[in-house]
Amino acid sequence: MRRSLFLPVMGWGTLAFLYLPLLVLVAFSFNASRFGAAWTGFTWDWYAKLLADRKIMASTWNSTVVAAVSTALATVLGTLAAVARGREATPARKAKDAFFYVPLLIPELMLAVGFLLFFGLFKADLGLLALIVAHTTLNVPIVWLIVKARLEKIDPRLEDAAVDLGATRWQALRKVTLPLLMPAIAAGALMAFVISIDCFLISFFVAGPSTTTLPIQIYSMLKFAISPEVNALSTLLFLASLVLVVAAWLLQGGEDASSH
Amino acid sequence: MSRHRRLDWPALAWQSVFLGLPLAFIVAVSLAARGPYGGVEWRLSLAAYGRLFDPLYFEVFARSLALAALNTVVCAVLAYPLAYWIARAPKRRQGPLILLVLIPFWTNVLVRLYAWMFILGRSGPLNALLSALGLTGEPVDLLFTRGAVIVGLVYEHLPFMVLPLYATLEKLDWALVDAAQDLYATPAQAFRRVTLPLSRPGLTAGSILVFVWTLGDFVTPDILGGSKLVMAGNLIHQQYLVLRDWPFGSALSLALMAVVAGGLALSRRQEARA
Repeated sequence: MRRSLFLPVMGWGTLAFLYLPLLVLVAFSFNASRFGAAWTGFTWDWYAKLLADRKIMASTWNSTVVAAVSTALATVLGTLAAVARGREATPARKAKDAFFYVPLLIPELMLAVGFLLFFGLFKADLGLLALIVAHTTLNVPIVWLIVKARLEKIDPRLEDAAVDLGATRWQALRKVTLPLLMPAIAAGALMAFVISIDCFLISFFVAGPSTTTLPIQIYSMLKFAISPEVNALSTLLFLASLVLVVAAWLLQGGEDASSH
Repeated sequence: MSRHRRLDWPALAWQSVFLGLPLAFIVAVSLAARGPYGGVEWRLSLAAYGRLFDPLYFEVFARSLALAALNTVVCAVLAYPLAYWIARAPKRRQGPLILLVLIPFWTNVLVRLYAWMFILGRSGPLNALLSALGLTGEPVDLLFTRGAVIVGLVYEHLPFMVLPLYATLEKLDWALVDAAQDLYATPAQAFRRVTLPLSRPGLTAGSILVFVWTLGDFVTPDILGGSKLVMAGNLIHQQYLVLRDWPFGSALSLALMAVVAGGLALSRRQEARA
């Protein structure tokens, strides 16, 4: 009896530890008081201030452009790589797999440093283009991993059957395999989008002084002071990831999307 | 049987140029000399590696290792009951519960750390609560302390431990645990002798993830530790973005990679022995 109480208490307790800070943050983004923890009334003011802030709007636009373009590129590259992957465990396949896994296995800081040198040595202030390239590289393995996992559950004989019935290999891929992969491709794209929108470390190292994304903007704001505007902005970013992650989860049939 | 073998060349080409080259550059730059105004002067120099042996940097690396180890242990202790509880829940409840772990995992790291920065601040809710309860007279410094950094590290990395642990526990053959109990093992014995060894792959995978990511972390100590608690990540960040000493920054990065690789090899050996 004691054991049956221990687990739920620990389980819910740890989940509370994960959520309580975020909920406090959300609650205080509606607090009318600028300073301190005293609740002085409900307000939308801080959200209105965000909308009126040109720097925040510009960095939101930058983040969206970078996320959209890098997601599109990574989705195409990652899906093609997953589809090309053979089923037999040849040394060549293992080497390619290992290569695609690299960005997921090494500390993000190493990638950040590598990109900084890569773009720095060419002395090019590429602005958003550098961010797009970096985010795409980070996201190719994510899409590849999610699509590959789905592909492994698809019966290869389906494509064979299509070919037996007169389809070319290319038609079989387009008309049979790709439609079956669609939920995984969409989930991969959503994850890539979330990763790009959230990416701070790499963007911080790569972005030139003239380029700001939303996370970089938040960083410079919170380095300056704790303020209700940051609470509001953080709440919005939290809600955005929440919606995208739930959507990706539903697309994968409600199974775990723990592809990391 | 692959039918579309050549479709992977665009991705391979992309990753070779934009992943392979940047990583190769780290090695190349670490062997070059520092330019007079930052940047790099292309002549062979081992000066950057020489500076690694400064006891000051040893101390930072030792502190990072200690914090990473501590974080791994705390995450394991907190994550195990949660992962176990989810794995033993009815099937239809497991998905939503795991989703609850995934949402903070995918939430922006700055948002998650800022939440703690806000809570721990001098005029934040926690200080207000403490003084309302009469536990403290005036605001105490909770932010920019070692404790704040540890809380932040645990908070940030906990899902890395829960997810692989759950993946292992979910596939565990519980009949073996029942069998142990039928053979008069107490629940504690059955856990220690059967469940725990069987869940080791998940525990190892989770530990590796937490350890590696903590070692590479620069944001958590930067935000919650102020400038007081320097970890390896902060040191590297400083060399690149503040002091603009790229060769030394690269040597530090490679030293960090070597530490990570050493840790991985060690855990592999432990695993092979078990």
